[in-house]
Amino acid sequence: MESTFFGINTVTFITNLVIAGGIFGFMFTMGAVMSWSERKQSAQLQDRIGANRAGIPLPGGKSLKVWGFINNIADAIKCLVKEDFKPRAYDLFMYNLAIFFAFIPAVISVAVIPFAGEVHLAELFQSWYLKWIPGLPEYFATNLPNYVFRVQVANLNVGLLFVFAVGSISVFGAILAGWSSNNKFSMMGALRACSQMISYEVAMGLALLGIIFIYQTVDVWSLVQGQRELAFGWLPKWGIVLQPFAFFLFIASAVAENKRMPFDLPEAESEIISGYYTEYSAFKMLMFMFAEFIEICFVAIMITTLFFGGYSVPYLMADGFHWPWGAFTAVSHGNVVLLELGSFLTKVFFFCFLLQQARWSLPRFRYDQLMRLGWKYLLPLALLNLVVTVIIVALGGF
Amino acid sequence: MSQQIPGLPDMTYIDREKRTFLDQIYFWEITRGILITTKHFFRNMAKWLTFRKGGVVILYPEEMRPDYSQNNRGRHILVQRSDGSPRCVACKMCATNCPAECITIVAEESDDSNIQKRPKVFEIDVSRCIFCGFCVEACPVDAIRMAPTTEELAGYNRFRMIYDKKTLMTWKPTVNDDVVHGYNP
Repeated sequence: MESTFFGINTVTFITNLVIAGGIFGFMFTMGAVMSWSERKQSAQLQDRIGANRAGIPLPGGKSLKVWGFINNIADAIKCLVKEDFKPRAYDLFMYNLAIFFAFIPAVISVAVIPFAGEVHLAELFQSWYLKWIPGLPEYFATNLPNYVFRVQVANLNVGLLFVFAVGSISVFGAILAGWSSNNKFSMMGALRACSQMISYEVAMGLALLGIIFIYQTVDVWSLVQGQRELAFGWLPKWGIVLQPFAFFLFIASAVAENKRMPFDLPEAESEIISGYYTEYSAFKMLMFMFAEFIEICFVAIMITTLFFGGYSVPYLMADGFHWPWGAFTAVSHGNVVLLELGSFLTKVFFFCFLLQQARWSLPRFRYDQLMRLGWKYLLPLALLNLVVTVIIVALGGF
Repeated sequence: MSQQIPGLPDMTYIDREKRTFLDQIYFWEITRGILITTKHFFRNMAKWLTFRKGGVVILYPEEMRPDYSQNNRGRHILVQRSDGSPRCVACKMCATNCPAECITIVAEESDDSNIQKRPKVFEIDVSRCIFCGFCVEACPVDAIRMAPTTEELAGYNRFRMIYDKKTLMTWKPTVNDDVVHGYNP
């Protein structure tokens, strides 16, 4: 008889716990890493040096600096111990609630994203990196020889819609923060954020409709499975190959949705101080910043999953590489999982890098330019892309 | 705005480049900009990874600029005689001339019979000093000069910024008379 834990199979419970912990832990870590790389990368590309002073003193007069990474810890401590300034807010409850509206949607959207393919538990524990654990490989081989799980927190069949739904919630964070701060600048920032996010959500959704049409699904897992197939026997059917135009539309509207440079009108510090979080101080401000960094990482994850085949490595199937010229290279299951995970993270890191690079290279739009770009260029182009895609799909093109 | 001059059909005040289609779709220009910054990024990273300094900035307290002009007016130096006493004769010309009024001199009688006076107190409030160099120009006996560097002109409170005679002398205790050290018109 199988052991259960609150009615759930214990092994299922533990694997899900490990996956959820790992994926959400990854997102939080990326929040810290992005705030570090924002400093250091911008410094490098502007011929500066960046944060390099804060350090943990070591015996012997040296100090552990980890290329400025300790600065993050110093910042966190600073934000925890400094004065928690509260404005004479119109609505203090909403003022505090806004942080969570901004922070939680940024984190939970990642639940539907697969980080690697299907993992066969018994075979995974035969791999070189888990074999050494005493007892477990033998236990899984005898008791659970056919247990398979997915490296995905929630296997929703409405995955992409879930991402959009949760993404729209973060508008509330901005508008509540701006409204409850009782500050004109905050209100202006909130209005800007609200109209910008709603405008660009339309363009973003329409850009992705082409993808949904081609792969005939909104389930993120099936989307990635669809991208693992090959066209003409050698070209991976990645989203960038089938929908190159939608990729550019998506990346533009996703950055706008994320309120990052060159679309950071809601936080334009030269005009409206810090936008909708002007009145937030200390750790509350840090939460907004942290949410923003996690959102960048999530945009990179979305680009990877929708346009660059997610975790898939070209030609890599469950048993090894099936090269287009007919050769076959066997890869053990443990290594396949590692390769898929590595492929996913490499793509994500690359797009994080690219988004940061864009953020520090481009000047800010004017607000009317922003609205004109969203409604008069991106939206019609997304519609055009959708129409062309639909016609091709209807003619049996893909 | 460009404006056409009457009678000169092709001339405009501002000869602005026409935007091409490539500029207007914005995408290529973004890519070009990102490529430039990426080039800088990787060049600096390559320098760091090969244990050289990437970037052009100076890590200030550890590093000093090597290219200070010799005429730069930095911190003040009270020039010494060969026996170590200040060359200053406490004439107070520098204090009189000082537009910021940051020099305080209290004179006393010198032990040396050839010299009439010497400074008992010679203080410069660097936080008020505007580094104009008038004190150096006013000095009749070349007793005060200004070094080209400005390092260590920093403090946590304003009293730290008042430099007394000893400090001003021991910054560069001996100055070779043959070499013009710092600002000395």
